[in-house]
Amino acid sequence: MSNISILKEREKQIYHKGEEPFDMVCETKSTAGAVSQRACVFCGSRVVLYPVADALHLVHGPIGCAAYTWDIRGALSSGPELHRKSFSTDLRERQIIFGGEKQLYHALAALIDKHEPKAAFVYATCIVGIIGDDVDAVCRKVSSEKGIPVIPVHSEGFKGTKKDGYKAACDALFTLIGTGSIEGIGPNSINILGEFNIGGEAWMIEEYYKKMGVEVVSIMTGDSRVEKIKRSHGARLNVVQCSGSMLQLAQMMEKKFGIPYIRVSYFGMEDTARALYDVASHFHDNTDIMDRTKALVKEEVDKIYPDIQVFKSYLKGKRAAIYVGGAFKAFSLIKALKALGMTTILAGSQTGNSEDYEILRDMCDDGTVILDDANPLELSKYIVEKKADLFIGGVKERPVAYKMGVGFCDHNHERKTPLAGFQGMYNFAKEVYGTVKSPVWSLLKRPEDGTKTV
Amino acid sequence: MKNTALKKEHYEATTNACKLCTPLGASLAFKGVRGAISLMHGSQGCSTYIRRYLISHFKEPIDIASSNFSEDTAIFGGGANLKKSVANVIRQYKPELVGISTTCLSETIGDDVPMILNGIRHDADGAPLPPIVHVSTPSYSGTHADGYVGAVRALVDALSIRKNHEIEPSMVNIFPGMYSPADLRYLKEILEDFAIPYRMLPDYSETLDGGPWTTYHKIPHGGTSVSEIADMASAQASIEFGYVTRKGTTAAGLLSSRFNIPAYNLGMPAGVRATDRLFDLLSELSGNLIPDRHARERERLLDSYVDGHKYLFGAKAVIYGEEDLVAGMFAFLTEIGITPILCASGGTSGKLAETLESLRPEGYDEPITVLQAADFGQIEDAALGTGADMFVGNSKGYSITRKMGIPLVRVGFPIHDRVGGPRIHHIGYRGCQELFDRVTNALLDVKQEATGVGYSYM
Ligand code: SF4
Ligand code: SF4
Repeated sequence: MSNISILKEREKQIYHKGEEPFDMVCETKSTAGAVSQRACVFCGSRVVLYPVADALHLVHGPIGCAAYTWDIRGALSSGPELHRKSFSTDLRERQIIFGGEKQLYHALAALIDKHEPKAAFVYATCIVGIIGDDVDAVCRKVSSEKGIPVIPVHSEGFKGTKKDGYKAACDALFTLIGTGSIEGIGPNSINILGEFNIGGEAWMIEEYYKKMGVEVVSIMTGDSRVEKIKRSHGARLNVVQCSGSMLQLAQMMEKKFGIPYIRVSYFGMEDTARALYDVASHFHDNTDIMDRTKALVKEEVDKIYPDIQVFKSYLKGKRAAIYVGGAFKAFSLIKALKALGMTTILAGSQTGNSEDYEILRDMCDDGTVILDDANPLELSKYIVEKKADLFIGGVKERPVAYKMGVGFCDHNHERKTPLAGFQGMYNFAKEVYGTVKSPVWSLLKRPEDGTKTV
Repeated sequence: MKNTALKKEHYEATTNACKLCTPLGASLAFKGVRGAISLMHGSQGCSTYIRRYLISHFKEPIDIASSNFSEDTAIFGGGANLKKSVANVIRQYKPELVGISTTCLSETIGDDVPMILNGIRHDADGAPLPPIVHVSTPSYSGTHADGYVGAVRALVDALSIRKNHEIEPSMVNIFPGMYSPADLRYLKEILEDFAIPYRMLPDYSETLDGGPWTTYHKIPHGGTSVSEIADMASAQASIEFGYVTRKGTTAAGLLSSRFNIPAYNLGMPAGVRATDRLFDLLSELSGNLIPDRHARERERLLDSYVDGHKYLFGAKAVIYGEEDLVAGMFAFLTEIGITPILCASGGTSGKLAETLESLRPEGYDEPITVLQAADFGQIEDAALGTGADMFVGNSKGYSITRKMGIPLVRVGFPIHDRVGGPRIHHIGYRGCQELFDRVTNALLDVKQEATGVGYSYM
C-alpha cells in the first residue's frame, strides 16, 4: 500500500529478510511524534511485580498511571487478591507544588493498617521524578514503623523504556530475596522466573515440575507471595522465561547466591518439552527425574497431538504476523506456528535487542519483515502487503488486524486464556483456528461504498 | 438532603479510581474532528495507556502520538521534542488538524506550549500547516470529563471565526457530552428530522464506530471539519449538555461571550422529562413541530413505562460515573420509580449534590446520598449495607456487584467487559427506551431466578 510511508527515522528499525546488510537499529527511544505501541518504565515494573498477590502496590503520582493499570491483567492468585486493587496517591496541584512526601507517607501508613500486606511496593511515576520527592526515605520510615518491607520502585516513565522498568522491578524483588529461611528446601529445587500466571499458566507449569519430582520454591511472580520470594535463594536452579523481564534477577541471584540459571520458554510443544528436559538434565544426578520427564512429555503430547493435527490440516500454509513485547516470545511463537503448518511473514517486538533480531532473522523465511518498535501504520501496511491471515499481538494491535479483515490472537498479559505449556499449545491452536476459520471474514469482501459484492 | 460528600482527608490514597485522567477526555474530543490526529505532549506511557483504555471500549484503531519525553527532555524542556513530533505527525498522517493535549509531566516542567507552537508556525515560514490546537490538561486538576469539555472549548476558541460566506441563519451548534457514538448518530438524526441545520462538536460517531476497511485509513473517516467548526461562530444558538459544567468554561459559553450567541444548557437528555426539554427547544429554534416518528417513539416509551412500572417501584440503584452521567441517570431512574440509593462520581466539580437536588422530581422524598470525588473503594464501602438491587454504571463496578450478587446495568464509559459499548443509547426517547428495557429485564431476571422453580412466564 503506497499511501503509507515510513518515517525516515524509522527506516533502520525495519528489515526485510534477504536484504543485505543486516544493520537493524534497536533499543532506542521512540521517535518523537510516532504512535509507538510501547509503554513506559512504570509499565515494565508493574507487569513484573503485579502478580505478587499479598503485597500492597501503591502508585505514587497523579491518577492516570494507576487507573489505567487497574485489574487489567489476567494474573491469577490462589489466595489473597490485593494485587488486583489499584492504589494511587492521586496527587493534586497542591502536592505538585509543595511535594508529595507527606501524602505518600500518610497514604502508605493508612493502607498498610487497612490491608495488612506482607510487603509494599511504591512505584514512583514521572511526576515524582520531577517534583523530587524522596521516596526512598519515606519507604524506610514507613517500613521501620510498620515492620514490613516497603520497597521503592523507581519507575519514572520518561527515564528509559519498559526494559528499565523490568530492571527496577528486579531490583525491588532482589531486596526481598535472601531475607527468609531456606530450611527444608531440597536439592532438586528451582525458582520459576518470568512466569506471571496469566489464566493459571504458572499452576500448569508448576504441576509439570511436581510430576517430574522437582520442587518449586517460588514463582516470580505468578501467584507469588512475599514469604516465598524471601526464601527463593534456597533453590538450586533458576529457570527463566522470557528474554527481558527477569533475566537480570537471575543474573543478580547467580552473583550473590551462586544459583545458576537456564533460559526457557513454555510456548509451544517443542519449547515446553525442551524446557522440562533442560531442567531434568540439570538435575542429572537424579535419573528418576529425567525418566519421569520423558513420561510426562509423552503423556502430555499424546493428549493434544491428535487435535493439533486437525487444526493443522486447516491452518497449513496460512500466514501469520507477530508483534509482541519481547523478542524471546516471538521465537517461540514462530516455532509454534510452524508446528501448525503456518509461516511467519512479519515478526517484531517492542523491546528486542540486536542479538534477538539476528536470531529472528535466521529463523524467518526470505521476505519476512522484521520490525522494532513499530507503529499502527507500519503494522497495517505490512499485514496487507504480506497478506496475513493472522495477527498475534496485544490489545492495541487487535483493531488494526480486525479493520483489515485479519484474524487475531491475544498474546499479552491482558488475556485470560492460558497459552503456556502443552494445554496452552492446544488453547493457542484452537484460538488461532477459530479466528482464522471464522465465517465472518468472508462477509467483509465487499467494496466499501456498499455497492454489490464482487 | 443527605450529602455525605465524604471529603477525603488529604492523606488518603485513592483505591480503584472512579475517574480517568484529563488527556483521555481531550483525546476523545479530538477524535470527533475530521482528519484530526491527537498528540500528547509528555512521556510515552501516558499515551499508550490511554490508547489501550480507549481501544478496549471502542474496539477501533485509535492513534495517539506522543512527544516521547526522555530524561533530557524532562530537564531541558520539551520544545524540541514537540516541534519534531508535530513535523512527524504531519508528515505521516497528513492531518487536517493536530490536537495537542499535555500530560502532567510537560505541565509540571512548565513547557510553554503556545509559545512553542508559535515557533513552529514561524519556522514554517508561510508553508501551509494544518491548524494546531492545544488544550492544557494537567491531570492533577480535573478529570477526563474536564479534559473533554476543555478540548471542545479549545477547538472553538481557536477555530470558530465569523466568515463572510452565507451560513444558514437558523443553524444551531450542538455540544454533546461524552456520549456513545450511537447517541451521537441518533442526535444527528433528530436534528435532521427537525430540518434544522447544525454543527456538532465533537462528532466521533463514525471515527470511533466505523465499518471494516479495505485499505488502511490513517485517520478514520468522519468527524466535524475545521470549516464547520469555524461556522459555529455564526450560529443562531448553541445547545450544550452538561448539568455540572461551570458556566463560561464551555464552548457554548465562549461563543456566547465572544459572539453573543445564546447558549442553552440542558443537562444530559436522559429520561422523558429531560428529553422533552430538548425536543421543545429544537421545536422552538426550528419553528417545526416535533417530528411524528419521534412523537410516536415517545408514546411507545410511555406505554412501556406503564407496562413495567410494577417491577420497578422502590427498587434501589447505585449510580456512578461522570457527574453528568450520574445526574442524567438519576433523572431517568427517579422518573420510573427507582430509588437511587447512592450517587457517586470521581468528578471534582463539587456540584453533584446540588445538581441532583435540583433534579428531585415532585413527590420524591427519599434522601439523596451523594459521594463526590469518590473512588470505588468508597463506593463499595457505602453500597454494601444499602441492600441495593442493582448498579447502573460502567464496567468498573462489576467487582462490587459480583460481591453483592446483584445485576450491573452497563452504561457510559468504559465498557471493557462486553461488546457493544459504543452502540449503547443513553439519550433521547430511544436511549431511554433501551435503558428502560434493560433495567426492567435485569430486575425480572433476578426475580425469575429467585423463584427457584424456573418459570418461563413472568
Ligand atoms: S501522568 Fe498525568 S497524563 Fe499521564 S497517565 Fe498519569 S495522570 Fe494521566
Ligand atoms: S509515562 Fe510516566 S506518567 Fe505516563 S503512565 Fe508512565 S509513569 Fe505514568
